[in-house]
Amino acid sequence: MDIGLLGQYIMNGLMLGMMYALVAVGFTLFFGVLDVINFSHGDVLTVGAFTGLATSLGLTALGISSAPLVVVIVFLSAIVCMSALGAFIARYLVLPLKSAPALNTLLLTLMLGIVLHEAVRLFYPQGANPQRFPSLLSTEAYSFGHFTLRVDSALLLLAGLAVIIGVHLLINKTKLGLAIRAVAQDEETAKLMGINFTLIVLVTFAIGSGLAAFAGIMHGLYYSEINFGMGLLLGVIGFSAAIVGGLGNIYGAIIGGFLFAALQTIGALALPFASAYKDVFAFGVVILIMAWRPTGLISEKVSERV
Amino acid sequence: MKRTLPEFGVLLPGIAGLIVLTVYLALLLQVESQTEIAALLVIAVVAALAATRFGVMPRIGRSFREFEGPFSLAIACAVLVMVAYFHEDHFILLLIATVIIYIIVTLGLNIQFGFVGMLNFAGAAFFGVGCYTAAVLTKNTPLPHLLILVIGGLMAAFIGSLLILPVLRTRGHYSAVITIAFGLLFKIFLEVNDVLGGPQGLHVDGMNVLGWEFNKNIEIGDDLEISFYVNYIIVGLLVLGLSFTLVRRLERSWIGLNLDAIRLDETAAACFGLNLIRWKVTAFTVGNFLIGMAGALYAMMVGFIAPTNFTFGDSLIMVSIVLLGGIGNPWGLVVATIILVIVPEKLQAIQEYRFLLFATMVMLMLLFRPEGLLPRPLRTYFPAWKPR
Repeated sequence: MDIGLLGQYIMNGLMLGMMYALVAVGFTLFFGVLDVINFSHGDVLTVGAFTGLATSLGLTALGISSAPLVVVIVFLSAIVCMSALGAFIARYLVLPLKSAPALNTLLLTLMLGIVLHEAVRLFYPQGANPQRFPSLLSTEAYSFGHFTLRVDSALLLLAGLAVIIGVHLLINKTKLGLAIRAVAQDEETAKLMGINFTLIVLVTFAIGSGLAAFAGIMHGLYYSEINFGMGLLLGVIGFSAAIVGGLGNIYGAIIGGFLFAALQTIGALALPFASAYKDVFAFGVVILIMAWRPTGLISEKVSERV
Repeated sequence: MKRTLPEFGVLLPGIAGLIVLTVYLALLLQVESQTEIAALLVIAVVAALAATRFGVMPRIGRSFREFEGPFSLAIACAVLVMVAYFHEDHFILLLIATVIIYIIVTLGLNIQFGFVGMLNFAGAAFFGVGCYTAAVLTKNTPLPHLLILVIGGLMAAFIGSLLILPVLRTRGHYSAVITIAFGLLFKIFLEVNDVLGGPQGLHVDGMNVLGWEFNKNIEIGDDLEISFYVNYIIVGLLVLGLSFTLVRRLERSWIGLNLDAIRLDETAAACFGLNLIRWKVTAFTVGNFLIGMAGALYAMMVGFIAPTNFTFGDSLIMVSIVLLGGIGNPWGLVVATIILVIVPEKLQAIQEYRFLLFATMVMLMLLFRPEGLLPRPLRTYFPAWKPR
């Protein structure tokens, strides 16, 4: 295989992995503080991407064309809106079901996901068709043999890395992060220590949903196209990544995200006669990994209370 | 046991309820105008609320519980009466047949979900396994078609057993991801696989039992022509009757007791010597068998299947039926399936919005009435025993 082509595959895989990791970190944060799976996460991503698209169209209509400004505003508006949506979901849909069986929360958020993407399909102008996402970043490209490095991809990759490092610092170095970790470890003790449990849950959901919005815009910029159904697969992949890494562990989620992207890339490379089967291959391997390590690669350290 | 006059008082509300429901459903199926349908639905909601408010519901429920056998037969007869009434109308009969098939599917899910508490978010995939088995077998083998129904079920159970190891080793959310991943994997696999028709799908031959061709209208005399869907309704009712009896017997028996114990507390159940693995495998396999069988029947009825019939969304609809009906109560499933299958088909105005409305409905249900429309009653250990 040509080294340039290989580089292209690796670049593509890294990009996918970054998106999956961002989504997976959201799942794992939610699970950490509240022990719930928020299945609407993937569709929050979709709504985030559409918010970004609507913002960029609105800015164009207003006549603002300074590229860096547009990019910043698009990212900010999507992240802020989705953070608000995430906090809303936590406050009015997930927290009221806190004492109900886990299945109910799972179903509730699954249904919420359907509501979100159906709302996009029905109420966004022509939402049922794929929408072109404007390329806001420089599309200049440098070629090295078969390997083409696009400036926007490199920028997105760096931005994603910065966000992940930011989340890492937030969780590990700030007081807020300390509170989040405390709630994740033991809710009741955290409350006794004077931590505002509800507030922390809302903030965590806001952070996770903001990450999803970031991943959604990244997806839009990278593929120049978004559609109402893109959240489902991304959400399931993000969830699988979080699970494979071990729920509740941020590093597990990141590893899981890149692992899934690697599996897809390897699937496409190793099965040249059947690269269409790459997702089948990736999900199959995920099922096998779960059979091997039932609680993920980096497993949660819990003892069961009976 | 001697039947005395008070028994009749118990029986009466049930009979009245059944007649009212049958007439109502026939009416709902018959009317075409959107406003009339909407009016009928509003009437139903108001009537249901009023019946609950004035204590009619518990009495109907009581007569159904105490005379379950006769009432099951009576319901089958009511369906046949409706079928006789609509004998020419293909679309309405197709709806009735679809309801019957969906009830079989949700009965299967009910065993997994309602009894032993295993999550299965790949209902549509197992249904699809049954469908594709039927498609391949009717095309390439001379096997008798009734046998193909059973093979469809066995195939689904077999594919399910491939998942059994990961599902057993994981719990809760972790096992949910396995069924979800399998559901997606299955659909993607069908789409890229050329042998099974790819995205275009496959044609399935109609059923043919001992020379009785199911896909031909039945003609009696010169002017009486009966739609061919009636054939499928009859077979569907038979399969449904068997599955329903199976589920009811299973629930009543000590096996059902074991399954309930495992759902409520795995650790305690294991402490009392129940073999968790054995019962989980049993419930998962039996459930998938029912789903696959329903799939095979469905494929032969509609004559054409494609991967888009087996999406994650369809699995979710199946799960929502179980939840709306009241987890673990087979009668609740019947009611929920009728609502979720017939209403969107009849009310064309909401067809476009049906996923949105379903999802919202389930969300409201989870927030405000998590036990479902007809919650599962407490287990009665002895049929005649009444707690004071």
